[in-house]
Parts: sequence; structure tokens; C-alpha cells
Amino acid sequence: MIEAVLSMGGLALAAGLGLGFAAKKFHVEGNPQVDNLTALLPATNCGNCGFPGCRPYAEAIAEQGETNIGLCAPGGVEVMEKIAALLGVEPVEMEVDTGPKVAFVREEDCIGCTACIKVCPVDAIIGANKQSHTVVAEMCTACKACIEPCPVDCIEMVAVPTTVYSWTWNKPEVLH
Amino acid sequence: MGIVASVLKKFHGGVHPPGHKDLSEHCAIEPMPLPKRLVVPFHQHLGAPSEPVVKVGDTVFKGDLLGGAAGGISATVHAPTSGTIVAIEEHVVGHPSGLTMLCAIIEPDGKDQWNPQLKGVDNPLSLEPVAVRDLVKNAGVVGLGGATFPSFVKLSPPRDKVVDLLLINAVECEPYLTCDARLMEERPKDVIEGIRIMLHALQTKECVIGIEDNKPKAIAAMQNAVAAEASQSAAAIRVVVLPVMYPQGSEKQLIEVVTGRQVPSRKLPIDIGVIVHNVATAVAVRDAVCFGHPLVSRIVTVTGKGINRPANIEVLIGTQVDDIIAHCGGLKPDIHKVVMGGPMMGLALHQTNVPVVKGCSGILALTRGESSEKPEHSCIRCGSCVNACPIQLVPCSMAWFAKTEQLDQLSKADLFDCIECGSCAYVCPANVPLVHYFRYGKLALQSKDREEKKRELTIQRSKLREERLAREKEEKERKKEEMKAKMAAKKKSGKEADKQNPAAESGNEAQA
Repeated sequence: MIEAVLSMGGLALAAGLGLGFAAKKFHVEGNPQVDNLTALLPATNCGNCGFPGCRPYAEAIAEQGETNIGLCAPGGVEVMEKIAALLGVEPVEMEVDTGPKVAFVREEDCIGCTACIKVCPVDAIIGANKQSHTVVAEMCTACKACIEPCPVDCIEMVAVPTTVYSWTWNKPEVLH
Repeated sequence: MGIVASVLKKFHGGVHPPGHKDLSEHCAIEPMPLPKRLVVPFHQHLGAPSEPVVKVGDTVFKGDLLGGAAGGISATVHAPTSGTIVAIEEHVVGHPSGLTMLCAIIEPDGKDQWNPQLKGVDNPLSLEPVAVRDLVKNAGVVGLGGATFPSFVKLSPPRDKVVDLLLINAVECEPYLTCDARLMEERPKDVIEGIRIMLHALQTKECVIGIEDNKPKAIAAMQNAVAAEASQSAAAIRVVVLPVMYPQGSEKQLIEVVTGRQVPSRKLPIDIGVIVHNVATAVAVRDAVCFGHPLVSRIVTVTGKGINRPANIEVLIGTQVDDIIAHCGGLKPDIHKVVMGGPMMGLALHQTNVPVVKGCSGILALTRGESSEKPEHSCIRCGSCVNACPIQLVPCSMAWFAKTEQLDQLSKADLFDCIECGSCAYVCPANVPLVHYFRYGKLALQSKDREEKKRELTIQRSKLREERLAREKEEKERKKEEMKAKMAAKKKSGKEADKQNPAAESGNEAQA
């Protein structure tokens, strides 16, 4: 009995120590910059940037030499500027610069093919076969993934209007 | 006696801006002729906007419901006069953004006729407290001091809280404004009646009316009314005269002066057993309960050196500022800005075609000499703002955090305890627009919060979608497997049947 306990215990101890040592000695440091960049990106994994998701785009910037930091359409200029600040590079020109937008289905033109529903990364489009679809604006992340698949081009990006509820004070301008 | 301190306390800080009440304090409350058009916003209160229940073309009586309350903290909106709804559309309102809001546009029929079905209660004190609360709720009464918090909420305290004191806020500490003072001078009995109903709704015995000593006539009128009523009820109503100090009319500051107790940060007055209502709200409660009249008008002080004829006017909600200015003889040529509310906390209007709402206590026409916009200089860290802040915050650091976008630091510095009274900006020798920085910071923090929530929603939804896709895939696979198994079973059973009874074709079919 005691031999069994001792031998098994000893084995477990030896294995534990060995594993612990190995974990320290052969530790592979993940790139912290990838995490930092992922945290800035909008986490939609929409693929609009040409990479399979937000983390892959972050990896591409941090490790694979992707230099265009302005590929994230949902994040817009704001995210691009944050990335620029994080990496210490110059901000780049981006095509989108007109404030927040959402996708909008022109319901009279929609043929109800469900193509857009299938690609929406956040299931923000509702509708059924041969029924007009619509975008739930509060959930839309403006990733534009639905625009291309539409066979009748009835989806467009529209600006979100500023209301008394979403309006914010400007910062005081320093006059001298 | 009870919760009220025997000696008045003092709150930290505060300032003494010039009163300018002499411009309008002698002006008796006058009615205003019906304007040609009324613009009634559906959101005039703190909380959720009300939802329209009328449509274009409807004719309404005075007091008919226009918008129903949506959610727990919300208030109803009523037609201020009889007439026709000619439009329900976006109209510019008194908001710092100068943006529009959904409004009902009413063309008065000139009769100004109350809905004949609106009936009051003869003996309000015999009602159940809950019934009083419902009457107040359905009448759309909100705090008329300016904060526009739905009043019924503050008349129905949670069961586990005891209300020791009803504190009536008649301080009117904002310079220029005299509407509450005139109300007390002219309708002291109505005020007392309203207070009795409120005391009954709260099941409280003690009430203090706090008035600053720059309104001797109002104090005398209220004291007389209290003395006349004293024999009729067991409730103890007292007038307490307070030395002038801005911002004494702020709820938490007034409580500290009268009771000596401080409302802790992020707590409500009810947590220390006090409920505060504005004096004009008391009259609105009385009108709602005794006459069944919803809140459709309020008293507005029109004053400032830029107006030809200062006045205190009973104005229908939805009357446009333009019409009121015209009624008061127009603006003088050296006008600098028109402010809605008091000079310390009010907002300068972009346009004057905005409607008067429930929270609008004054319309100030200020000349260049009365208001100034001096250039901002660098903070010299003199600490004047720290001494002036009634909440004991450190305004200079908070402004710096807002200026340098250190939003985390800003919320750690208790930005949301700031009541935006403007005392700090008033004393600042460097003209730093401190309150502007705080408002900017508050909205920036709130919009950051909104973005954070949206981000969480996005992550959650994309996760749910992935799960759904995985589930669907699995289901497909399983169906495929099942189909395969079925086919195999069919084949097998077919073969077996063939083996057992190769001749019986019909039996095979029956098995399948």
C-alpha cells in the first residue's frame, strides 16, 4: 500500500516539477500588441477589412507587416486614429468620414432573397423569404457586409441623424 | 422638533450674485392672451418621452391627453387649450443643441374650454394616498423648479422608507426670477392647500417652507396663511426664513440648511427621510386634485434690462418665446442674448421661436452689460472654485481632466455629483467656462458608456450567431445521419424480409 502511494506520489511530483519547469523555460510570449489592437477594433468580425476577423486584422498589423491601418469601416476614423496613436504612426486617409451610419433597406425594392440576412455578422437584419427585409438600426454595426450580396442593390448606408438625445456638448474653445 | 435643526446650518461654498429681482418683483401675475399657435413638445420632463395618443386633425379640449407616459419615470402631456391639432412634427425646442423634438402643433379655437369631464375631488384628504398619487400622475405634474422630475414619484415613497419631513422649496435663489415669490404673495392659500394634499399623500405630519429673506412680502403672506390654517389640522406647517445664498434652492443644499443633514453621494433625499417639492408644484398638485386640471400652464418671469416691460405671466405650455416677448413690448436694441431659465443655470437660446415648457421659470432678455463672454485664460490654481463649490468638489482639477480627455479621472472625481450650479465659473478669475467643461465631460462619459454597451451587444450577438450557425450545422449533420440510418435500416430490413420470405412481396411493402 505505502509503496504504491509513494511511487505514484513521487511520479506525480516529478512530473509536476518537470512540467512547471518546462512552462517557465519554454514559455512563448504572445504578442501583447495584438491584444491591444484587438481591444480597439469593434469585434464584429465582419471581414470588411479583407481579413477573416478583427483579431486576424490585428495580427496582420502587428506581425505580418500590414501597413494600412484604415481598413476598419465600422470603426471609422476614430478607431484608425486610436490605432495610429497606439503604433505611433501617422493617421491615414479614410473614405468614411461623415459620422456614424447604419445600413438601410429600401423596402419597396427588396425582393426578399435573404442574401443579406445570411451575411450579417450580428443578425441585425430581419425578414423572411419573399418578404421585405429591414435592418434593426440599434444593432447594425455599419460593417457594409450586406451591401455587396444584395442582387438588386437596395441596401445603402445612411447617416444616423443627431437628435437631442444623442447630441453631445462640444468642448469649450480656448479664446485668447 | 424632529428632523428640523433648531439652528439653521450652512452648506459649503456658495456665492452672492446680484439679485436683480427689483425688475419684476412688483409685477402682479397676469394672464396672456391666447397665441395663434401652440407648440407642445412631447418630452418636457425628466425620464422617458411621452408617446403621442392624438393624430393630426383631432380636435381637443383644454386638458385632453396629448401624450401618454411611457415607463416608470415619465409624465403625461396635455392640450393647453381647446383647438385643433394641425401637425405632429419636429419643431425646434429650448435645448442647448438647438435641435428639434417631436411636438404637437395646436391651433386654438379661441374658446379655451376645459374638457367638461374633468372633475375635481371635493375632499382630497379623504382619498387614499395612492389615489392622490394617481391624480397627480394623470395630470402630468412635474417639478416646476426646473428639474421637471415627475412629481407623483416623489409622492409615493417606497414602503420601507419613512418620510419625516416635507420640505417646500420656495427659495428661488436664481437671480432675476420672481415667479415663485409672486405666487406666494398672491395665492398663499392655494399653496397651503397643495401642501396639505402632499402631506396626506406622503402620510407625513411635518412641513417646512423655506424662503430666502429677500422676499419679505412672500414670507409675510405665507406666515399669515399658515397661521390662519394652523387650527384646522394636526399637521405642523412652518415658514423658515433663510439668509440669501446661491445655490440654496438646490435640493440637497436646502436640506442641509434646514435639517443639518447631508444627502450622501448617489443617494436621494428620501434616504434621509426628506421629500422636497417646489412651491409652484404644490399649487399644480392642488389644481390637479381639487379641480382635475392637468398641468397646462405655468408662471414665467419675463425680465432683464433688454425687455421693454418686465412681467410675471401665467403662460400656457407651448406658447412660443417670440409671442411672450411681443406681449411684453419687445426687446430693446442693445439686447445681447435671450436666456430660458435663470441666469446661473438657464440656457441661452439659439432661436426665440421655441415653446415654453413645464420647466421654464423665466425668460431673460440680457443686455451686453448684464452678460459677458470673456476669453478663457489659464487656470492659476487659486482655489476660488474649490471654496465656492457647494458639493465640495474640486472644479479646477475636473475641468483639467475634461480638457485633457482624462475621462476615467473625471468620473473618479465625482463629476456626476456636480449640480451645474455655476458657482465655480462665477468666481473664476481666469474666466474658465468650468460648467461647460463639466457638461461636455458628462455627455462624453455617457456616450462612451453607450458605445461600450453597443460593443457588448455586438460581441454578444456575434457569439449568438456563431452558436446558431454551429447548431444549425449540427442539426443538418444529424438529420443526414438519421436519413442514412433510415436508408440503411430500410435496405437491411428489406433484405431480411427478402431472405425470410422471398415470395411475399406484399409483406415487404407493409414492413416498409
